[in-house]
Amino acid sequence: MTSPLHKEKGAELSRRDILKSGAALATVTLAPGVTLMAFGGKKAAAGEDMPADGLKPGARWGLLIDAAKCPEDCSACVSACSAELGWENNGLETDPQWIRKVTLRDKETGRTNSLPVMCQHCESPPCVDVCPTGASFKREDGIVLVNRHTCIGCRYCMMACPFKARSFVFAPVSDQKSIAPRGIGTVEGCTLCVHKIDRGDGTTACVEACTATGNNAMMFGDLNDPESEIAIAVATYASVELRADLGLNLGVRYQNI
Amino acid sequence: MDRTSYRELRFTPRFWGLVVILGAFVAAAGGIVLYVEHYGHIVTGMNNQIVWGVPHVFAIFLIVAASGALNISSIGTVFGKKDYKPVGRLSNLLAVALLIGGLAVLVLDLGRPDRLVMAMYTYNFTSIFAWNILLYSGFIGIVALYLYTQMARGVPEIAQKSAGMLAFVWRLALTTGTGSIFGWLVARQAYDAAIMAPLFIAMSFSFGMAVFMLVMFMTTGISTRQFPVALRTRQARLLGIFVAVVLYFTAVQHLSAIYVAEHAGVERFILLEGGIYTLLFWGGQVLIGGIIPMIILFSKQAATSGRLVGLAAGMIVLGGFAQLYVIIIGGQAYPLEIFPGFEVSSSFSDGVINAYTPTMLEFGLGIGGVALALLLALGGMKILRIMPDNATE
Repeated sequence: MTSPLHKEKGAELSRRDILKSGAALATVTLAPGVTLMAFGGKKAAAGEDMPADGLKPGARWGLLIDAAKCPEDCSACVSACSAELGWENNGLETDPQWIRKVTLRDKETGRTNSLPVMCQHCESPPCVDVCPTGASFKREDGIVLVNRHTCIGCRYCMMACPFKARSFVFAPVSDQKSIAPRGIGTVEGCTLCVHKIDRGDGTTACVEACTATGNNAMMFGDLNDPESEIAIAVATYASVELRADLGLNLGVRYQNI
Repeated sequence: MDRTSYRELRFTPRFWGLVVILGAFVAAAGGIVLYVEHYGHIVTGMNNQIVWGVPHVFAIFLIVAASGALNISSIGTVFGKKDYKPVGRLSNLLAVALLIGGLAVLVLDLGRPDRLVMAMYTYNFTSIFAWNILLYSGFIGIVALYLYTQMARGVPEIAQKSAGMLAFVWRLALTTGTGSIFGWLVARQAYDAAIMAPLFIAMSFSFGMAVFMLVMFMTTGISTRQFPVALRTRQARLLGIFVAVVLYFTAVQHLSAIYVAEHAGVERFILLEGGIYTLLFWGGQVLIGGIIPMIILFSKQAATSGRLVGLAAGMIVLGGFAQLYVIIIGGQAYPLEIFPGFEVSSSFSDGVINAYTPTMLEFGLGIGGVALALLLALGGMKILRIMPDNATE
């Protein structure tokens, strides 16, 4: 196997050993980014003490977002992502924003609605195409990630992303989450809660939060599994991709824009 | 055969004065790099919307000018124009020096310059950036070889001509790669246009020739060498044509975009309502960097006045910076059209013109790159027999 995921097998195992030895905090503080390889290590871990449903063969993880059910004044998904993954936006232009609420107003009709925008996990991601070191990569299950070990901070992916889905880390960061280490001078963005997927949660922080509000505007699932709720929903009701003209085949689809 | 004799530059007070000034700028840029490395890019004017700032303007100017500076050598060797032959060595040296200066700025503006080695062994061959790494390093190697064929004794003419041809083709590929960094960005309305590659090639002819002439003026100013009037006049005329070609490609670039309704917004922004970007486009690129120098260079006075030619070359360089500022930063300032047909707003600058106020740190880094290039060129002229001793007419 030549996927970047499998190259990182050794890193994953050593990280797990360190975690088991109770030195997790020191690991994160001394070498932010080291534990990032947890994202890709599912196959390495399969058959051990973790569920084996992370890199589900043939899966294409995605989201379906119903803008009609997304109130303009609700940002539960954004707050949940921020809390889950340890980034914070205080309104500065240099602050990260892995997921944001966008308000739309039809220029002709005046109709308004609101929806969250995050990494769209393209099948043909421009960020992966342009990345000189291959730090931007796509997993076999369609999740687009940044390997912060090999990101040199050139920001070409940010220039290339049609959705402004990525942020650059402008200043030193502290109090990082072990499931999503961040590093100054590197680029970051939505991971589709790959850590939750890999441990078998079957959902993402944003979808959980949206469901908890009762709005039920967001749905997570395997677009390639015809039995899944999301696959049935997109097969039954009209949904669209953002910038469909670019032909990127996105993992995130929207209804009622 | 070329009977010009070449000599190293001598140590003169002016030479040392220039070295000290350039060295101070390089040292300042080094300090800036350490400062930004420590505190992060938060101390620059860049943000999550304008991710490439003034350092990229300088870096890309130098890289584009590098390939253009090589043209002088090509005109002599490949196209057989004898007037250009005596300055072929300087052309090659300057091309390498400018490229190194530009690459230094580009690399030192990375979020993690310490990880540059990553880019050496983890290539992603679908990235034009990765291709450019090969094109840039290949350029340095090929031009060094070309310089060797010019300088070594007993090298047959055919070897020099072959190296010159290879270097010429390579430089066209290199600038195509640089233009395609923008041309292949499908996401942004201001880019995503195949014309970026030929536009950048035209820019390289113009900027490279202008920088070369300014370096000739600089070198003749600190030494006893002369800028032959016949060569200067020929170059001035050619530079005027290059400026016209840049204006032509710029006109086609914008007219093509205006014709497409979806690009009307970004064109209105750059050409009419973009504030600093509109000012830099019309005032900087078109007027100062285009029309005025063209009038000067095609005037009869240009044949007799070195000062006028130098002024025109300087204006072209300034116009070049303005053009790249508009392309690189103006292109990012205009919001991405993620939802065509909608007015959009968010907490992440959706639907608004993105703000950018460059800091002195960024200018310091960029100017440091220019100083490094000139310092390398001067050093080369000091230790190698680059400059013609009797560059006679």
